[in-house]
Formats: sequence, structure tokens, C-alpha cells
Amino acid sequence: MSDAQVKTLGERQAFPPLLSVDGIKVHYGAIQALKGVSLTVGKGEVVALIGANGAGKTSTLRAVSGMLKPSAGRIQFNGHDTTNMKAHQLVPRGMAHAPEGRGVFPNMSVQENLELGAYLRTDTSGIQQDLEKSFTLFPVLKERRKQMAGTLSGGEQQMLAIARALLSKPQLLLLDEPSLGLAPQVTEAIFRTLREVNATGVSVLLVEQNAHLALNAAHYGYVLETGEVVMAGPGKALLESAEVRRAYLGE
Amino acid sequence: MAQLLQHLINGLAAGTIYALVALGYTMVYGVLKLINFAHGDVMMVGVYMGYATAFALGRDMRSSLLGVAVVFAVAMLGCALLGFFIERFAYRPLREKPRLTALITAIGISFALSYGFQLDLGFLPGAAPRAFPEVIEPVEWLVIGDRDVVVWNWQVISFGIAVALMVGLQYLVFRTRFGRAMRAVSWDHRVAALMGIPTDRVIALTFMLSSALAAGAGLLYAIKDTSVSPLMGLYVGLKAFVAAVIGGIGHVPGAVVGGLVLGLVEEFVVGYAASTWRDAVAFGFLILVLLVKPGGLFGRVAAEKV
Ligand SMILES: Nc1ncnc2c1ncn2[C@@H]1O[C@H](COP(=O)(O)OP(=O)(O)OP(=O)(O)O)[C@@H](O)[C@H]1O
Ligand SMILES: [Mg+2]
Repeated sequence: MSDAQVKTLGERQAFPPLLSVDGIKVHYGAIQALKGVSLTVGKGEVVALIGANGAGKTSTLRAVSGMLKPSAGRIQFNGHDTTNMKAHQLVPRGMAHAPEGRGVFPNMSVQENLELGAYLRTDTSGIQQDLEKSFTLFPVLKERRKQMAGTLSGGEQQMLAIARALLSKPQLLLLDEPSLGLAPQVTEAIFRTLREVNATGVSVLLVEQNAHLALNAAHYGYVLETGEVVMAGPGKALLESAEVRRAYLGE
Repeated sequence: MAQLLQHLINGLAAGTIYALVALGYTMVYGVLKLINFAHGDVMMVGVYMGYATAFALGRDMRSSLLGVAVVFAVAMLGCALLGFFIERFAYRPLREKPRLTALITAIGISFALSYGFQLDLGFLPGAAPRAFPEVIEPVEWLVIGDRDVVVWNWQVISFGIAVALMVGLQYLVFRTRFGRAMRAVSWDHRVAALMGIPTDRVIALTFMLSSALAAGAGLLYAIKDTSVSPLMGLYVGLKAFVAAVIGGIGHVPGAVVGGLVLGLVEEFVVGYAASTWRDAVAFGFLILVLLVKPGGLFGRVAAEKV
């Protein structure tokens, strides 16, 4: 519906469809956070969603993962209409969401947090293997496995949140500002891991304020402004666009 | 010395009962951040269920081991069901409303039960307290000296049941998958749902569990007190709530300690001062604890919440 106003740059690389969001609206009481957002994510694709504070990035992820119900529009995931599904019903269908502010359970150990990520899985040996895998991805988590998650540093908590999300064996990983408050080296490490994860076939929908970082990592990107998608295009094309550079890269 | 021992035993016996009821407040507070003011009255309804069952069983049957088990089972299962319905139809529709709304609803349910049970409808026993049947025939279990210290069998059984229920609950909360889900919901139910945890079901089960514990505790109280009345829920519930707050509401081991401490404090006041002082001291003690440690004995910001 608001697609007419979306300025689209360049050609999108083809991926098989995985997630399709179609004109969703989200309200918080009288506040309308999303005014009809449409976007898609393909299998194996990394898609970035950038925008200023309050643009509606988090709200979009929340609607996709079932944390809140859109008041209009449709969401399809993996061939199912998931518009009205709750978050816990989407996890077994391949959705994982590392929420804004990390959302680790501070009063549980690192290990317990990771095991909660695998809450719905029953393949004990598979879970064990994947635990080891996350310790290879984030060696620091292995050292801290017995420590309460609340005592980890911000970067470590972010790693934990991502590792925990991956333990559900998702097809689509939703990440909300993984770089927030982290030192550049830590952020780099997290983005490197993200590429490794993506190389194993996991799709990523990435929300970032750090547009440079996000668009560099993404196959495709969307620019969100006050609840609407205003621009879309391949990551590189958006990085080169004058409007994006002015508005989001501080040039 | 002997007197001290006797008070210690009595205090612990009373304290374990408070602890069991306090656990219900603390678990529900843990998952919902709701002070379930109807909790004590749910307990009272459970006691009446046990009362009716005991009469239905008859004099011989009810004091047998099997009979006691049946009385407890009926009351605990019945209360679990009651807890389920209260959560499902009174609290769940208000989940996203301001917390005060649910709190007032809880007070409403509390009054509805405690005053509803005073009605004379034929099938309800009415407002007057009734003698609770002797499901456990009192026998002196241990006598020290010239009856200096007497431990009754029901005190031992009551203590045993209470401790078994508490240990079981600790195990459930800290060692099982369901317990982990409960603790996750207690921290943040939205994030818990992102782990695939069916949060509504976890909350419903928590209510059922806490209501069943309340029924068990209520029966132990009724056996100790040898009476049952529609207002016992308000009284015992308030005391147990005090115990939960003393321990730090939301903290599972805290509720146990709070219950034991309150039971002992009350017993010593009755033993060494005067029984009329009991409630004043209990609430005074609460104020004292909150003045020194506003979060209760174990309540810290990062405390383990269930
Ligand atoms: N729980 C809420 N209640 C009321 N309004 C909300 C709520 N959450 C978000 N909003 C409003 O909705 C709009 C979009 O918020 P959202 O969190 O989706 O933005 P965002 O793009 O993620 O911002 P940021 O970059 O700051 O995280 C904002 O105007 C915000 O104030
Ligand atoms: Mg946000």
C-alpha cells in the first residue's frame, strides 16, 4: 500500500522466499508505530533494517516474532500465515529473536540461558553439539558458563543473546541492535560471527542504528522512517545513495 | 530448657504451615508480579473440600492412612482446579491492564469467597466455625521427662508433609525444565515466550500448584486448630503474606524462612509474653524487617525470583 512511495535502488539478488511482511500496522494505544510496513527476507539472505530512533524498527521485529499482534496487514513465514501466532508458536517454526536490550536472564547461569534457547528441542545429543558449537563461536561464553548472565559485560551478554537464539536452530534470526553500546572490536567480532552463521544457511533480519555496519553486512536493506519504509535496495547501493549517506551516515 | 524446646517444636510446626501458604504468594508474585489476595481464601475453600471429604468417608475410613491421603488429594486437586479457573477467567483477561486492576480483582475474589462461604445455602456450612474432624487421631509421639516436652503425632506428620512439599517444590523450581520455564517467565514473560515457552500455560500451572499447596497447608492448619471457618483464609492468608514479605516476596527459599521465622516469633510471644500480643508482634516484626531490609530478608534487586 505505501509501497508506491518506496524508492527502490538497484537489483535484488534472488533468494527463495522465507519471510514476507505485507502492510503491517502496529499501534501502542493511541500511538501508531507502524503505518503499513512491507518487506521480505529470503532463505539465506541477510536483510538490514535501518532508521532513526523511534522509526519503528523494534516494532517491526516484535510483530514478526509474534511478540505483538499487528492491527492490520499480513505476515507469512515459511509458507504459513503467522500474522496471529504468538511468539512461542513461532519458535518451533524456525524463528529466533534476540530482542532489544539483549534480554538475557540475569539470574541464571550462562549455561542455563543457552539451554533455555533450546527449550523446545528434545534431541539431547544435538543440543550438546550445538552448545559446543556456540562455545567455538564465542569462546568467552565457555569460560563463563557457570557465571550468572547478569554479571557478564554488555558485549558478552550480546554474544550470549545471539548464541541463545541460535540454539533453537532457527531459519530466521532477528537481531535488534547487536552493536549497541559495544566497543568497535567487539562489534566486529559479532558481525564476523554473523557472517559465519549466515554461511550455514541461516537468514538474518538485522536492525541497526549503525547503518554503515549493517548495510555492509547485508545483501539487502530497508530504510524505515516514522513507521514507513521509504527506501530499499541492495546494501551496497544504499551505502552509495546520497540520501542515505546524508541521513544515516552523517555526511 | 524443656520449655524452650517445646516452644521451638510448636513454632516450627506452625511455621512450616505458614511457609507453605507463603510459597503460593511468592510463586504467583514471581510469575505475574501480582499479590494474589485471594490465595488465603482459596486455601479456605480447600479446607472445606477436605472437610466434606472427611465426612463423606466416615469416622473409620478418614483416620486411616488411605483416608488421610484421599482427604488431601481431593482438597489439593479441587483447589488446583479452582486456582486454574480464577487465573483463567479473572486474572488473564487483565494481564495487559494496569497492575492495580488485577490487585483489586484479587481482593474482590477474596471477599467473594470468604463472605460467599458464610451464606446459608444448605450445601454450605454457614458462617459459624465448625470442628474439623479428626483425620489424624492425636497420639503422643514423644514425651520427654514428666511431660515437660510433648510432641504430638500430627505435629510430626504435619512437619513431614510440609517439608516434603517444600523440598519437592525446590526441586521443581530449580532442577526441572518446568521450573526453569517458570523462572524465565518470572524474569520477563515476553522474552520467555521467545524461547518457545508457552507462558500462559506456565502461569496457569503456577496458579494450580500454589493453590494445591495452599489446600495442603490449610488442612494441616485445620488439623492443628481442629476448626474450620469461612474467615480462616483471611487470617491465615494475611499471616502467610507477612511471611512471604519478610522473606522477600518472589523468593522461594525466602518464603520458607519467612514462614518459619514468623511461626517461631509468634510461638515465643505466646509462650513468654501473652497470646494477645501475638498478632501485634507479628506485624511489628514485619515492619521492623522492612525498615532494615526493605526488600525482605532475601529480597535483593538481582535476587532469584520465581
Ligand atoms: N511499549 C510502547 N508503548 C508506547 N509506545 C511505544 C512502545 N514501544 C514503542 N513505542 C513508540 O513506537 C514508536 C516506534 O518505536 P520502536 O521502538 O519500534 O522504534 P525503533 O526504531 O526501534 O527506535 P530505537 O532506534 O530508538 O530503538 C516510537 O515512537 C515509540 O515511542
Ligand atoms: Mg529499537
